[in-house]
Order: sequence, then structure tokens, then C-alpha cells
Amino acid sequence: MTPDTRDVQAGGRVRGTNWIAFSTLVIKEVLRFSRIWVQTVLPPAITTTLYFIIFGNLIGARIGEMDGYGYKEFIVPGLILMAVIANSYANTVSSFFQAKYQRHIEELIISPVPNWIILAGYVTGGVARGLVVGLVVTGVSLFFADIRIEHPLLTLLVVVLTSILFALGGLINAIFARNFDDISVIPTFVLTPLTYLGGVFYSISLLPPFWQQVSLANPVLYMINAFRYGILGVSDIDPAVALLLILGFILVLGGLALWLLYRGVGIKN
Amino acid sequence: MTTAVRLEGLRKIYANGTEALKGIDLKVEAGDFFALLGPNGAGKSTAIGILASLVRKSSGRVEVFGHDLDRDPQAVKRCIGLVPQEFNFNQWEPVEEIVINQAGYYGIPRRVATGKARKVLQTLDLWSRRRVQARSLSGGLKRRLMIARALVHEPPLMILDEPTAGVDIEIRRSMWAFMQEINRAGTTIILTTHYLEEAENLCRSIAIIDDGRIAESSTMRALLQRLHRQAFLLTLKKPLERLPEGAPVELGLHDEHTLEAVLGQDQTLNQLFGWLDRQGIEVLSMRNKQNRLEQFFMDRVQKRREAAA
Repeated sequence: MTPDTRDVQAGGRVRGTNWIAFSTLVIKEVLRFSRIWVQTVLPPAITTTLYFIIFGNLIGARIGEMDGYGYKEFIVPGLILMAVIANSYANTVSSFFQAKYQRHIEELIISPVPNWIILAGYVTGGVARGLVVGLVVTGVSLFFADIRIEHPLLTLLVVVLTSILFALGGLINAIFARNFDDISVIPTFVLTPLTYLGGVFYSISLLPPFWQQVSLANPVLYMINAFRYGILGVSDIDPAVALLLILGFILVLGGLALWLLYRGVGIKN
Repeated sequence: MTTAVRLEGLRKIYANGTEALKGIDLKVEAGDFFALLGPNGAGKSTAIGILASLVRKSSGRVEVFGHDLDRDPQAVKRCIGLVPQEFNFNQWEPVEEIVINQAGYYGIPRRVATGKARKVLQTLDLWSRRRVQARSLSGGLKRRLMIARALVHEPPLMILDEPTAGVDIEIRRSMWAFMQEINRAGTTIILTTHYLEEAENLCRSIAIIDDGRIAESSTMRALLQRLHRQAFLLTLKKPLERLPEGAPVELGLHDEHTLEAVLGQDQTLNQLFGWLDRQGIEVLSMRNKQNRLEQFFMDRVQKRREAAA
């Protein structure tokens, strides 16, 4: 028996173990989506290129200015954040559900990793993919539009918080999911409509008053507008309100996800 | 002697109302090689699941090396290495990464974990396959990978849930040797298996769970000594049409080349062979008709079923 083993029997614990567990989980997650970059990183780059060719060059040229910007410039923040939202969500929902499906989530359950570290690890993995894809989409956008970031710190804050929020959403979806259909329902029927109707391609000032009010019930609208304010300096929504809303959602979903992990919902008998 | 595992009044009622464990008490001493046996659905996997924190207990107390599962689950988890019944690693991950990551979950820094992973993978003959995806390994190698993963944080208690199920005899024997080696080095082992010969050969203590209760718990030696009868099958050199009278033990003729001998507690093989010699019956080979533990196990299960009926 090694001294390490005796230490374990005595309940000994090396300092920094939580940090090591967290970084292990993050490295594992980053390696996972990096290995399958053709499925994870490449598609958003192609989709964004198509959006710019169709909406930016062909249609956008006839639309003219929106909120004082050319249409191509106007849609850049929305396209970036749309990719960040979709990929942050997709990463946690697919990774955590696969872990449940292949039962390797048990590697974490039997080990002394606290639930909040599991939560933080998976969410950070989702944020990492969201940000990598966000950077790729930004790179593609620079080929088509002339972008200058008006408020860099706010831009960074909004993109990171939004990514955290949707990574949490993906995790909760995966916790409840029982089959592969369950992990595609929310992205297809909730996330995509909310994102497309969240002002990626238009300013809500173009809508009739009734639909403007309806749009205000869409939380994604706040995120896209706060991000647009960060990059272009224009927004349909007060960025402070948007930030508070995102933070509020993060607290609620974060608390819920942690409670579900503590209860072992979907992962323990 | 330190107690590795102590279960007191452990109960588990699943959400569908099934009472898998009906208040079991069990003690495993540190350094022991302990067999936990029982028919399918008896509650073995539930008990192991609770020990490993995969299943929530309904009531009762679990202590591992003095750490209470309710008060200090993290300390309990640090003491245990689990080799589950079914493959539960990421099939797409390379072998080495699976082991290194597991070490990381136990707080072992990546640099140190890499060295430890190398050691366990070399010991289990997996080093040359370290870069391949786990899904490409054969069934036997996948089992070894799960053992390597469970060992990487050097737990004082290893729980092996049917580790040799479905592996060929060569790998099974190498796994037996490996389990004996780590047990000799001080690791307490709890083994569940359906191969009762395996339990009889490897384990020093035994508990039989049946219908959610401990039906038997003792040392292997004490339990085997309580067996009253042993049956052997003898292959005869020449065909025998009819059994001669006056055999010192209970004999039966299966076919003209196969004789079954049942020996009671006070009867010896010398008596049997002396008599066979006198009758001019030559024996080519002999084997146990049934493993002794298997015989005991079947008797227990049969008795319980009769009582239930």
C-alpha cells in the first residue's frame, strides 16, 4: 500500500483537487469538440458565409441602411451571437446526454467531484465552444463587413454571459432527456424560432407596435440587442436591462441545474 | 483489524416500489478478498451501487474505512475504485485519456496522472493500445481498461462487479492473477461473480445475498467445511455395463464410461479408489461434478424458493 493510499484511507485530501477536477473536465470537453471540428466548428462558418452572400450581398444591397449601418454590418452581431447561442447549447446538451447514454457520467458520479464542479466544467466546455465558434464567425464576417467594436468590454461581457446562459440551458435539457429526440426538440422548436425572431436580421422598430410588444417577450431579443450595442453602439433595448435579464436567467437556470445534479435527476437511481 | 466496509440496516426501495435491499448488515475487513454472491436480481448490484454512490439508499448506514457515506461522501468516494458490470467509458475517447481523466477527477495533477496511467496501462498490457479509441478494443481489453481506470487513483478498496464476464479463459486467468496480486499488496477487494469457481478460488470471505437479504456470511473455509456431500464424475478406461454391489460410497452409472460418485462428509476418496481397484475398474480421469460452492449456492436458493412457494 502506498503512502497515498494510506492518506486516502485517513480521509486525506490534497489541496487544489477541485481545480484539478475542473480543469480535467474542461480539457476533456474542449478535446471532445475539437476532435469533431468538422461537425462543430466548420458548419457555422459555412452558414455564416451563406448568410452574408444571400442576405448581405444579394438582398441586403436593396435593403439599404438600418439604424445608420449598412445591412451587412447590421446583421454581423446577430449572426455571431446566434452561432454562440446555438453552439454553447449544443455542446452541453450533446456532451452531457452522451455521457448519460454511454453511462460514462458514472465516472464523475463515483469520483469525489462536487456537483458544482461538474456543472462548472460542462458549462465552461459549452462556453469554450460557443466562443471558438463566435471567433470563427467573426473572422468570416470580416471578409464581408467593415466592423469596429464600439464597446469591447460590454461586447465581451454579453457574449460570455449569453454563452453561459445557453450552456446551462443545454445541460438542463440533457439532464431531462431520455432519448436523442429529446435533445433536438428544444433547439428546433424553441431556440431557433426565438433566435430568428430575436432581431438578428431586423430592428424591431420596423415592426407594427403590436408585434414590437410581442417581440419584447423574447429574451433572445435582449441579448442580441445588447451585443449589437456593444459592437455597433445601436440597440432597440437598454443594454443595462438586457444584462440584468441575462444575469437573472443565469441565476435561475444555474440554481435549477445544480439542484437537479444534487437530486441526481436523470443520472442516479 | 480495520474495517473496510460496514453496512448496517441497508435498505433500498426503488421508485417503482421494488424493495431491492431489505435491511442488510455486512462487514468487510481491510485486506480481505470478499465474494458477494447471489442470483440475478438478488440485490448485489444495488448494494454495490449504493457503496459507489450510483444509487441512493432508502435507509441504513454505509461506512468505508470509517468514513460515513452521509457525512463525508467525498472521503468514501476517494477510497473506492469501481469496475462495473457494463462498459461505462466514452467509447470515442483514446484509452490513455480515459485513465488520465479519471485520475484528474480524483484530484491527481495531469503530469502525475500521466505517469500513473502509464504504469497501470503497462501492468494491464494496454500500453501499446493507449492511443486507440476505446471502442476498438476487444471485450477482454475493455474489461482491463475498466480495471486500469479504477486503479489509477490507487484506492484501498476495489469493487469488481462481474469483472470476468464474457472474457476468454486466458484473460480470465490473467485477471485472477492480477486481482490476487493487488490484494496481496494490501487492496481490499469485493468481487461479485457468477463463476462460483472463481469466488471459491480467489476469495477468503463470502456473503450470499438472496431476495434483498444476506442469506449467508462467513469465511470461505468455514462455509465449505459445512458442505456435507461432494459429487465426482469418473471416466472409466473400459466400458462397464452394470455396477458391482457393495460400493463404500453412493455410485451411479451415467453411461458405460462414466461413473458418478457422491461422497459424504466422513467418506474418503481412498475408500472409493480402493474398492474400484478391487473390482478391477480402472479410472482414466476424475472431476468435480459440481463446484462445491455452486452446490451450496444452489441449495440455498432452492431452499428459499421452496419456502417462498
